[in-house]
Parts: sequence; C-alpha cells; structure tokens
Amino acid sequence: MDPRRSARTVSDPKVRQVGFFTPAAPPERSCSDPPRQQDLIQPQSPSSTQVNDHSRSGDSLSPVMIPPPPHHHSDTLLRTALQVSSPKTALSYSAKTVTIPTENDDVPSSLSPSRKFVAVKSPSSYPGVRAISVPASELTTVSVVNLPPGISEKVGGGASVEVQNDRPVSSKSLKEKTSKAERRAMQEAQRAAKAAAKAEGTKASSTATKVATSANTKPSKAAKPSSQKNDGSQFAASEKKVGDRAPEKDRKKDAPHPRMQYDDTSRVEKAKKRAVVKQTEVRNRVELFRHLPQYEHGTQLPDLETKFFELDPMHPAVYKVGLQYLSGDIRGGNARCIAMFLAFKEAIKDYSTPPEKTLIRDLTARISSYVSFLIECRPLSVSMGNAIKFLKNQIAKLPLALSESEAKATLMSDIDRFINEKIIVAEKVIVKHAVTKIRDGDVLLTYGASSAVGMILLHAHELGKQFRVVVVDSRPKLEGQLLLRRLVRKGLSCTYTHVNAVSCIMQEVTRVFLGASSVLSNGTVYSRVGTACVAMVAHAFRVPVLVCCEAYKFHERVQLDSICFNELGNPDAISKVHGREDINYLDGLVNRENLQLLNLVYDATPSDYVSMIITDYGMIPPTSVPVIVREYRREHLWS
Amino acid sequence: MWWRSASFILDRQQQEQNANVPPNPESLLHSSPPPSMADSLQNPKPNVSAYYQTRAAHHAVVTSDWLAQAQAAVSIPTDDDSSGSDGRIAPVTGGKVDDKAFSVIDEFNSWRKQPDLAEAVAAIRALAAVIRASQATTMMELEIELKKASDSLKAWDSTSISLTAGCDLFMRYVTRTSALEYEDFNSARSRLIERAEKFGEISCKARRIIAMLCQDFIFDGCTILVHGFSRVVFEVLKTAAQNKKHFRVFCTEGRPDRTGLRLSNELAKLDVPVKLLIDSAVAYTMDEVDMVLVGADGIVESGGIINMMGTYQIALVSHSMNKPVYVAAESYKFARLYPLDQKDLGPALRTIDFGVPIPSKVEVEKSARDYTPPQYLTLLFTDLGVLTPSVVSDELIQLYL
Repeated sequence: MDPRRSARTVSDPKVRQVGFFTPAAPPERSCSDPPRQQDLIQPQSPSSTQVNDHSRSGDSLSPVMIPPPPHHHSDTLLRTALQVSSPKTALSYSAKTVTIPTENDDVPSSLSPSRKFVAVKSPSSYPGVRAISVPASELTTVSVVNLPPGISEKVGGGASVEVQNDRPVSSKSLKEKTSKAERRAMQEAQRAAKAAAKAEGTKASSTATKVATSANTKPSKAAKPSSQKNDGSQFAASEKKVGDRAPEKDRKKDAPHPRMQYDDTSRVEKAKKRAVVKQTEVRNRVELFRHLPQYEHGTQLPDLETKFFELDPMHPAVYKVGLQYLSGDIRGGNARCIAMFLAFKEAIKDYSTPPEKTLIRDLTARISSYVSFLIECRPLSVSMGNAIKFLKNQIAKLPLALSESEAKATLMSDIDRFINEKIIVAEKVIVKHAVTKIRDGDVLLTYGASSAVGMILLHAHELGKQFRVVVVDSRPKLEGQLLLRRLVRKGLSCTYTHVNAVSCIMQEVTRVFLGASSVLSNGTVYSRVGTACVAMVAHAFRVPVLVCCEAYKFHERVQLDSICFNELGNPDAISKVHGREDINYLDGLVNRENLQLLNLVYDATPSDYVSMIITDYGMIPPTSVPVIVREYRREHLWS
Repeated sequence: MWWRSASFILDRQQQEQNANVPPNPESLLHSSPPPSMADSLQNPKPNVSAYYQTRAAHHAVVTSDWLAQAQAAVSIPTDDDSSGSDGRIAPVTGGKVDDKAFSVIDEFNSWRKQPDLAEAVAAIRALAAVIRASQATTMMELEIELKKASDSLKAWDSTSISLTAGCDLFMRYVTRTSALEYEDFNSARSRLIERAEKFGEISCKARRIIAMLCQDFIFDGCTILVHGFSRVVFEVLKTAAQNKKHFRVFCTEGRPDRTGLRLSNELAKLDVPVKLLIDSAVAYTMDEVDMVLVGADGIVESGGIINMMGTYQIALVSHSMNKPVYVAAESYKFARLYPLDQKDLGPALRTIDFGVPIPSKVEVEKSARDYTPPQYLTLLFTDLGVLTPSVVSDELIQLYL
C-alpha cells in the first residue's frame, strides 16, 4: 500500500478543481502514512474552494474496494475537501472520497445535471476504508453533502450503489432555493463535521475554514449523533432510514472480531483485570508467536476451585466444563462443543429472568459472560464459535410474546437439535459417504484421533471390507493411541508409527483420512499440528487426502499460515518426557532466556494438498468450501 | 477396413452369444426383448458396457447400409416429434394389458437408438413413459414407481454416467414438483410429462448455446486438437466453420472404435482442414496445437471429467506444454460422483480388436474411459456458461441440496 499511496500527488493532472480556487494552493499532503493520511485534516486557504469530483456518479462502481491499479492512482484520492467561500454560509464540510476504480472517470461533472449521491458500502472486512458519499454536482457551487456515515453506509448488500436523481440542485449561492430539508441537511452536515472533529480531537483552524475530518478510526461514534438527529427530518427518505439501521448492525457483526493480540501489553493488562482465571504467562515465548496467549499450565486449578463459590454469575455446569477444558479432560472439537452446549442447556434450565430485564437481552449477555469464561480456560475452537453464533441467533429470534418457560424450552430443544443434527447425524452421513471410498485391499493412513475417521474405519470394517490401517501419531499428546485402542479391540489390522516415519510408510498407503478442527473458506484445513506434514507427504506420493469435517466447523475466514491464529500448548510437554528420567536433558534449562519452547496445537494445511473434503453435504472439492459456508449460513443463521 | 469397425465387433459378439440372431446392431437391441422387468435387469452383454454399445453404434465408422438404416431410424421420430412419441406409447399401453409387458429398459433402449439423442434424454423420455403407463393415483405412488424404474435403469447400465445423471436429474425434478403441492394429481402428472418432453429440446438447445459460447475462444488461425467424437464438439466446430473462422483441426484416431475418423469425415465435409493423428502422436504434435477441445461423458463433482480413454494423457501433455484444455459438455452431464483416481470408477469395458489374435495369457486393458482431474482443465463450456472446474460442485450442491 505504501508506495502506491505515496505516488498520489495532488498536482496530478487528473484532479479536477472546480469552482473558485486558487491554482497556487494545492493542498499539501503528507504522503507518508496511509492510515493517518485518511484522517488528515487539510486546512485550506479560505479563498479556495475545491470540489473533488473525481469519483463521480457511480455507474461503474466496483462493489468491492479493490485497491486500484497503479495507473489509476490519481483517481484514488483521499481528499478532505471543499469548502465554501461565502463567509455567511461558512460551512464546514467533509467529504471523504475513496476511490472508485472507474474507467469513465473523465466524464465531466457538468454532464450530470442533477446531483447524485453515490454511496458505496465498503466491505466490512476492510475497516480502514470507509464508504463515501460524493457529490457530483454542478460546479461553481458546492453542495453540502456530508452524508453522515450512517447514511452513506446504509445501503445494504455488496454492490449497492444508490443514486438519487430526484433531488433539486442545492447550491449555496441560491440560498433561497434551498428547501427546508436541504438546509436541514446542511446543518446536519455541520454538526456531523463538528462531532467528527471533536472525536478526532482536532481543532478547526480558522474561522472560515473549518475542516472536519471524519474519524476513520471511530466511524460509528461520529456517525451516531447525526444519524439520530436525522430521524425527525425529512431529509432522509423513510425507506432509507429503515434500511439504515440493520446493515449498520450487520456491518458490525460482519466485521471480524478484533482478536486479542497478546503482544499488546496495555490490552493484555486490561484483560487480566477482568479475567476470572488467573493465568501466569510463560516467560520465554517464541518471537513469532508472541501475539498468542501462552500460560503456565497446571498452576491455577486449585486456585479456581477455591473460587468456586465466589463466582456468582457463573453457572456450576459451565464452570465445570471450563475446568475440564483447562485440565484437558475434554478435548476434540466435537466433544468440546457438545460439552459446552450441554452446560449451556443446564444454565438455561436454571435461568430465570431478573426483574426489569428481558430474557432475550439478559440471556444473551449471560451466555456471553459464560463464553468469555470458557475462552479464558481455553481459546474457543471454530466449531464452538459457530455453535455459539447459532445459539445467540436462536435467542435473538425468540418471539417477544413467548413466556419464559416456553422460551427456555424452545432454546433447550434447539440445543438438542443442533447437537443431534449438526454433530451426531452429520457424522453418520460423513461415514456413509466416506465408506464408499474404501475398497478392498486399501491401506488407509490416519493421523491423530479424529472421531469421524474412527467411525469411518470401524464402519467399513463392519461392512466386511478388507483393509489395513496405519495410525500415525506424534508427541506429546499421543492421541493416536486412543484411536488405535478402539480399532485394535474391534479386530482391525493396524500399524502404529510416529510422524517421523510418515515418509517411509506412505509408500504403501492408498488413502489418507484426516480429521479437521475447522475448514476455512479458501479450503485451508485447520487441524491438529502435524496434519499439514502428513498431507504434504501424501501429496508428494500422489496419495489422495480425504478430510472429514462436519459442515458446522466450516468458517468463512481465510487463513494463509498457521501463525496469525493458533493456540500454544504447554511448553513443558515438549521439554520433558514423562516417566523418562534418563533423557531429561533440559532440566534446569527451561527458564533460560536463550531457550524458547514452542508447542503449537494446530496447523493449517493448504488446499492444494487436499483431494476431497467429506462433509454432511456430500463429498466436495476444497474449492467449494465457500458454497457450503453460504448454504449453511442460509440454512441456519438467516432462516 | 470394415472388419475393424465397432459394428462388426458387436456383430461378432452377438454371433458368439447366439448364432441365430441376425448380425445387425440395429436389430440387436430389438432382438430379444426381455419378457419381464426382472429379466431385463441383466445387461445382455455384461462384459461390454452398454453405454459403449450405443456409442459404438452411434459414432463408429459404419458401413453405408448401417448408416442408411440409422437414417431411417432418425427420420421417423423427427418428422413429427410429438406424435412420434405418442405413437410410441400406443404399443406400450397396449402391452400393459398383460400387466408386466412394459419395461422401462426397453423403452430406454428404443429411445437411445436415435443417434442424435443424448443418453440422458433417452433416460428421461423412458421415465416419462413410465409416468404415462403408470396407474398410480397419488403423487407418492408415482414417485415410488419412478424411483423403482430409475433404479432399474441405473442398475441396468451402471457405467453410463449421463444415464445416471439424467435419472437423478429427473427424479430431483419430480420431488421438487411434488413439493409444489399441485392440488390436482393429473395436472402434476401432465406437467412432469411435459417437462420430460421438453428435455430433448433443452438438450439440443444446450449444444447450440455451447457452440455459441465457444466461438469467442476459437480465433482465426488456431489449431484445435480434438479427441474422439463428441456431438457437442462437432457442433462447436461446425458453428465455427459456418462463422467463417479459419482454423485447423487435429483429430486423434480414437482407437479402438476410431471415433476420430468419423469426426474427420464430418469435418472434411464442412471443408475444415483436418489432420488425422494416431493416438500416440499427441505429444509430437502438441507444439503446433493452440488448444485442446474435448467432450465429456460426465463431469464430476471435483470439476474433472470422465471421457473416452486417452483424454487424461492428452490433458497431461497439454498441461505440461501450457496449452489450454477446454471441455464442451451439457450441464445434464454433471454427476454427483467424486473419483479420487482412475480406478475409483467402475470400469466401462469394451472389446478391443488388435487385428491379430492375442494369446490367452496376455491381459488386455479394456476400460473405455478415464478420469481427468480438474487441475488439468482450463475451462468448461456448458449451457450454464463458461465455467471453471470449481464451479461444477457449486452447481451440483445447489441442484441436489
């Protein structure tokens, strides 16, 4: 981004300056820092009026904010702009223009006889860039268009371009013409600008020149007062207002939740104050993974147990599950999710709405507090995140008329339904699909202990298929032994090896079955650490890799590596070998400054190494994960 | 060379089976009408895929008398399509008097003998005949009956992907229609029949759409490598020739049924410059080739295609030489299958004539088709538009979910 932004010069010939302007006064621009640049206030000389018209009526707006190609750089100006020269109507004005990569950019603005408001909704995933409202007006006069951000962004959907042609041309000089609504709009604009300026903490420089910046960092704050005021006015059409709120909310929901970065000391301190579970952080952390939480394990359990009676709002069932997560008694995506839901079910059963509160609001808050407790015990898995989203959605959808007991019954049956449909039945469907891919004489390799893979193998054995299983395992958890135990008891012929030998054993393997903690939108499989290694070796040997994953574990996030989001396990687990005193070479060295231990829990397998993903929707290629995510959301979240 | 033709192979096989049957592939399917449904579940020639029997009948180099016969067979139903199909029902309903005479497989076989009719269309027409012959009075009954018929069709020839896909597609349509809750059973029934009738037109229209879509990709002076005979590919090339595009076509021979020869014949009639290659000369000529254009027996969930043997190696060669591989296929060939490798499919067997006797100890690979994984395909031209391979799964999920 940096080089591209700095290439934007104001003196670029494509910048059109309309109205009364002094040609000698191009606004200075510090080209250094892009995010700051957006917030920059550009004090302008009082006599100059600039209209930025480069992003004009958006017949060719791209719905997505694509960073423009280099040759377009002049279009992409982030301009604070225009002000009116007339001292009487000294209006402060802030128009934020963000680029629209449009080809017919050179259409002169005079061609558009009436003003158009173009509102582009910026994709919520791109919080830095805000939506814009651009006046493409008749020149000379500057129309005050400071649509408060709330309005400009209310247009729902992705490619929403809203063009209003029906409104009269508003111009300052012809003040008598301006209708009440128009004046109102101007006032709104002023107020919004002031509010924004305040929010920024910037001061307007001169009397005539008040340049407001929009606080890019706090868009919602700046937006709120103005959009509220709008309610009474006729300025915004009623359907606008209606549409306004919901997408705004949506946008907030859609925006990726800022994940706690544990190398941000101030926020970590704050979080610690709130925390119930007092975790002590490990001192020597690997540089690359400082943003992830890592704690000393095994120290806080007694402490928490004593606190049991003090934690007033925490339901005992939730508390118990949290401790089980902490100690590692419950692990595996499905097991954790089911345990959490059963605990929530208990909590809902015992719940009664406090006086003067509504069930929907209060219960949601209650669930949220439970969830944050569980997060403190162990970071949520994607499956749990999706399940929680489902539950909260169900709570929000409860009809207000429902009595408390009915509402509770509904929710509890919803939870049961989710566990049954999305986990238990889904697994059965996966088994049904996967078994068709096992032929007689196959050698199947699996890694770790996936419940779905275990069921597949057992079911195929029950069907009388003749095959052999290779269970690959790794330190320190040795989960594979758990699976191995089940398989051997049922009489399957198994080979057990550690991941170190995977390249040797792969030669004889015909299929690789893997479980997954989550499947991300770009087909990346997020799973137990070591899975990527196994998948890559299999790919190199041209052995098909089948990933078994229930659809509720799919997530719309995209992840390219296993660094930015992961979980750190207990470093002691890799530095010591339990029960082997003779090889504890690291005794006494663990706390040295120059030793950093890394025990990653998950890794990301790129989709290139995955031949097929088996879900409850059938067998799909990894490129179709977004389809499943879409269908799933349509089915469960928006229905 | 007539003795190498597929029709001859069929003839000889038939002769081996029962000597008294006249050696004509046309009459072969008529010859021994299975007396009941249970009997007809047996494919008359289990060692040769029924799908490839028809393919051989349609696309092989044929003797002129056979061509004439085929011509006659085509002309009857195309003259008056609606009455032709009605006329076809008459014997069926007549035969229904003795209850078990109607067989969906007979129906299917009679339909698929038309060279211009795709297998999926024949399957759907056969199912429509089931609806007509059915005495069901409720939608549920009809659905069960149809399900049975489509299962028996699928079981009769499990190797044909488009047959399976066609049956699935129609069943899907039936369940969706019944979900619509027609107040009247008869109106729902007639709607289903109407839909089945239309399907034939849809399939013909699909080919034209694909031909139009492809025109943007065929540029003047390009060289196109074609493998086997595909009706869609032929339509594409024909349209391009009619559009006065200047292009050259390399046809592979397409052993053992030599479908490439037929295509080259047809193209030569259109004055398109054609060069015939033996199948093993693909890599040798790939330098000159600008694009590879193939049809498909089926498009599977991964976005890969199942097509005549040799497609995979052509795709591999062109991938390594960075030549685009285009697939032209109608959307009803999309099938909910996901082969992981070549052996993951049930093999569709066919006889291969080497011209010389093969010692009995020597094994012959008889599979008639292979699977080309999606990473070797550039684009798919379907009547849904020009798709990348990864879209196939999207379409399938939307269709079948």
